[in-house]
Amino acid sequence: MAESPFKAEIERVQREYSEKMTPGAIVYIPGSSVINKTGSWRVFMPEFHREKCVRCYLCYVYCPEPAIYLDEENYPVFDYDYCKGCGICANECPAEAIVMVRETK
Amino acid sequence: MPIRTVMKANEAAAWAAKLARPKVIAAFPITPSTLIPEKISEFVADGELDAEFIKVESEHSAISACVGASAAGVRTFTATASQGLALMHEILFIAAGMRLPIVMAIGNRALSAPINIWNDWQDTISERDSGWLQFYAENNQEALDLILMAFKIAEDERVLLPAMVGFDAFILTHTVEPVEIPDQEAVDEFLGEYKPKHAYLDPAKPVTQGSLAFPAYYMEARYTLWEANENAKKVIDEVFAEFEKRFGRKYRKIEEYRTDDAEIIFVTMGSLAGTVKEYVDSLREKGIKAGAAKLTVYRPFPTEEVRELAKKAKVLALLEKNVTFSVGGALFQDFSRALINQEERPILVDFILGLGGRDVTFRELDQVLEISRKALAGEKFEEVNWIGLRKEIL
Ligand code: SF4
Ligand code: SF4
Repeated sequence: MAESPFKAEIERVQREYSEKMTPGAIVYIPGSSVINKTGSWRVFMPEFHREKCVRCYLCYVYCPEPAIYLDEENYPVFDYDYCKGCGICANECPAEAIVMVRETK
Repeated sequence: MPIRTVMKANEAAAWAAKLARPKVIAAFPITPSTLIPEKISEFVADGELDAEFIKVESEHSAISACVGASAAGVRTFTATASQGLALMHEILFIAAGMRLPIVMAIGNRALSAPINIWNDWQDTISERDSGWLQFYAENNQEALDLILMAFKIAEDERVLLPAMVGFDAFILTHTVEPVEIPDQEAVDEFLGEYKPKHAYLDPAKPVTQGSLAFPAYYMEARYTLWEANENAKKVIDEVFAEFEKRFGRKYRKIEEYRTDDAEIIFVTMGSLAGTVKEYVDSLREKGIKAGAAKLTVYRPFPTEEVRELAKKAKVLALLEKNVTFSVGGALFQDFSRALINQEERPILVDFILGLGGRDVTFRELDQVLEISRKALAGEKFEEVNWIGLRKEIL
């Protein structure tokens, strides 16, 4: 799995946000919600079958998190730190390239 | 030159808003404050005020638009009363929590049910825990002045809190009185431009406002509100002093009247203070040692000034147009709190009167005096007294 492109940003936010309370609890680096890794909410996870994928990007468009990125060849990549397992991508996929499977740790 | 003219408190509030040059005004008309947004929309339409007047479909939207505008970094004004203020309730806490110095004018009015458009303070008193600063005007001039000063206090970097200025429904909102409108240049010099350092929109420097705070941060965020309220006490004194220097009108958090050798001091807020001062004059003529005190600032609560006041009297009669159930009135609660750990404290007697626009005249004040004198003489007295209540119809 690809590393989150926000990694450096997350660390910066964590550092700055935890140092000092600002007036109105304003976060001077926006996007701090990326710290909130919703992946832990997941019961089912999307399993991707690359050979079936027609690269229509419906999963990419519909993912509410958004936990799907595209790789260099424009295939979807799932960021399991944020994928909350809602199954919308599997439901939208016209090629049945995404299958929701129970997560085992 | 300042202009001396006559106007209603609603117009005075609109003029204050105009002089403060807000960039955004969002308001919904409600009795008795309707004239404020009407007048401001006229100012904007006539090009006398360079501002965005947002017409909204409710008070909830009005204050929400103000929060948005203030968070974008501009001076913001609104006005409402009673049920309209109640409809703003949830956003009031958000405005304070986000530390947005919005200023709001209130025509103090009773809350439903039964529906009642007349004066008491229940609307603003019910919002006393929202974090907003609260000022109460005795007359139309004070309504204008306090709104101007509210902007300066709210926007001070040590404070950064929204502020509401209340003036009694109809008694002030619809009554014409002499009012001095200060010069625009003088007001500009006094207020300056609002240049927010904490909350503003800049695409080059994006920020997140009003975000989620986990339990690890929420308490600290609330504490900073507490601190800001405490800081406001000093800032209010400074701004009152500067206002006096520039415009010649003197304000105090608690204004005292003939209290020096008083045995009984009548304490109140808003327009009732005028009546009470007259009443005190009439008592003094009869040789009764009475005084009056008026709270101009109710939040932050002027604890220190209350303690000073308490040293001067044997009985403090609290005259209030609001009800806090099982307690009496809000002032009774606040005064009790301020004095509870003091070694010497006067007797507090609470009077609930004038609710929903009922007149408070010398006749009602005579009853207040009678009960206060009982307390002074060490006789039995009720802690909470409903004055002018028509028991016969109950
Ligand atoms: S399961 Fe839901 S959250 Fe996870 S990738 Fe699919 S659409 Fe996104
Ligand atoms: S919806 Fe299915 S076919 Fe389309 S890109 Fe996503 S995985 Fe591939």
